[in-house]
Amino acid sequence: MTLVAPRDYYGKALVELGKVDPNVFVLDADLSSSTKTGLFAKAFPDRFFNAGIAEQNAIGMAAGLANMGKTVFVSSFAMFISGRAWEQIRNTVAYTQLNVKVVATHAGVTVGEDGGTHQAIEDIAIMRPIPFLKVLVPADAIEAAQMVNVMAAEKGPFYMRMSRGASPLVFEGIDYQFKLGKSDIIRQGKDVTIVACGIMVDIALRAAQKLIANKINARVINLSSIKPIDEAVLIAAAKETGAIVTAEEHSVIGGMGSAVAEVIVKHAPVPIEMLGIEGVFGESGKPDELLEKHHLTVDGLIAKVHLVLARK
Amino acid sequence: MSITKEKIHEILLKATEIRGHILEMTCVAKSGHPGGSMSMSDILATLYFYWLKTNPKDPLWEERDYFVLAKGHAAPALYATLAMKGYFPVDELKTLRQLGSKLQGHPDKHSLSGVEMSTGSLGQGLSVMVGMALALKYDKKTNRVFGVLGDGECQEGQVWEAAMAAAHFRLGNICIFIDKNGLQIDGATKDVMNIDPLADKFASFGWDVFTIDGHNVHEIVSTLEKADRVTDKPVVIIANTVKGKGITFMENQVCYHGAPITEEQLIKAKCELDIVKGMHL
Repeated sequence: MTLVAPRDYYGKALVELGKVDPNVFVLDADLSSSTKTGLFAKAFPDRFFNAGIAEQNAIGMAAGLANMGKTVFVSSFAMFISGRAWEQIRNTVAYTQLNVKVVATHAGVTVGEDGGTHQAIEDIAIMRPIPFLKVLVPADAIEAAQMVNVMAAEKGPFYMRMSRGASPLVFEGIDYQFKLGKSDIIRQGKDVTIVACGIMVDIALRAAQKLIANKINARVINLSSIKPIDEAVLIAAAKETGAIVTAEEHSVIGGMGSAVAEVIVKHAPVPIEMLGIEGVFGESGKPDELLEKHHLTVDGLIAKVHLVLARK
Repeated sequence: MSITKEKIHEILLKATEIRGHILEMTCVAKSGHPGGSMSMSDILATLYFYWLKTNPKDPLWEERDYFVLAKGHAAPALYATLAMKGYFPVDELKTLRQLGSKLQGHPDKHSLSGVEMSTGSLGQGLSVMVGMALALKYDKKTNRVFGVLGDGECQEGQVWEAAMAAAHFRLGNICIFIDKNGLQIDGATKDVMNIDPLADKFASFGWDVFTIDGHNVHEIVSTLEKADRVTDKPVVIIANTVKGKGITFMENQVCYHGAPITEEQLIKAKCELDIVKGMHL
């Protein structure tokens, strides 16, 4: 399977969008070479603004441009754009319902060597409750590029988060199109459902494959549209498979797993196990070592599947 | 300078009317921020009744100037001004801060015609103005972006991020006032967290700085004329003002920052405003 960092296709998609839509502007906060908005900056220097190391002002400037009718993408690392500028996103972007797309890269522990200060494991939790703000997590670079176009076409504020590293192209050679508020079953199964987002989608598919040996047939849902959430696909999964495991590179508190639980407890209560970061900060290490440490692996996911099946 | 004495009297009369509305609406609402609304009433009256290109009949008129009230808690002053300009009926002023009202505690652009940007959380308005000015500059439009910040608001770090950016991008189409009334909720600005020397700070950030008496309409107008000629950098007009200006018992009283006067006091205040009106008629 081909490995590509989602941010690479994000940057390329921005350039393609910039070619067809002269109304698109892009901002960054001194990380354009990492977030890949630098590709847009090179192609359209007049429509790119670097705020410097000032995320709050970056969000404010994006809001101002959007207030004048522009479609604005603003990027930085997930930690700083979601954390440092949370209230700016809440009060200036979302409250005013402006057409600003906050696109965060370097989310989760796979930031790696930079350590805990740079590893956002709370961003989904703090972005989800903000009214009008939609929250997306692509499963791979292909979906990331599709999301760019969907966000541009859909007026209003968005938060999209991607991990740093190159990850398998889940949708390579597959006829797939991301739709807002719609989550696809990417593997059918009847015994248990694994709901995953981001880099955990590929891991979920591999876990499902391995579970066949145990005669467990796992359904896999790619929950890339965390808000709005596809209630129907989740309720059907609960009713048809009777158990759910969620998997995300994020805290188990308030993240995608919590979003799933909010739907399930209301409509179709079944046992849920959540795989994610368990209430601790990240630390320095190689991305794979950190995933291993937090059990964000095929075997870690399989262990959760056995746990939830025991409760079924 | 082209402004006539008659026009200055007319503006001062409007400012007095704005103050009357501020007192009444916050008194009815039994909450709100009259002190910092009254300190900037002369600035708002000058902007809206003399300087800004606006069209209340067509609030989204493409050639209009943009005004952002960064110190959103002075919403009563803005609301009074917009109503008097004809953006919405003056009658609606008495709905301030009530459930379902278009007149939210802090300005909400989606509920009220004439409000260019929702504000209220201090320190964020100037960044928005920078973005708006960037868009106008990119589109080669000559409309300008005006705004008012509080002096206490300048304690917010984001103001200085935005100040840096406005100068960096050479945004000569931005002109802001600092309503320097010297008071904030917890006391005198110099005691809570000193922001001075404010003029030096903005100058060192690359802004063109003017310091004026924010209640002298003649000075406000002549400074706006000078600011208009600056094209390569942003302009800040530091307006020395008096909190609660216009009502003797309210002036320089920190207690009227976020609390209205009583109905009894309102009667007394209105008498004072009537005397001022008489002077300008």
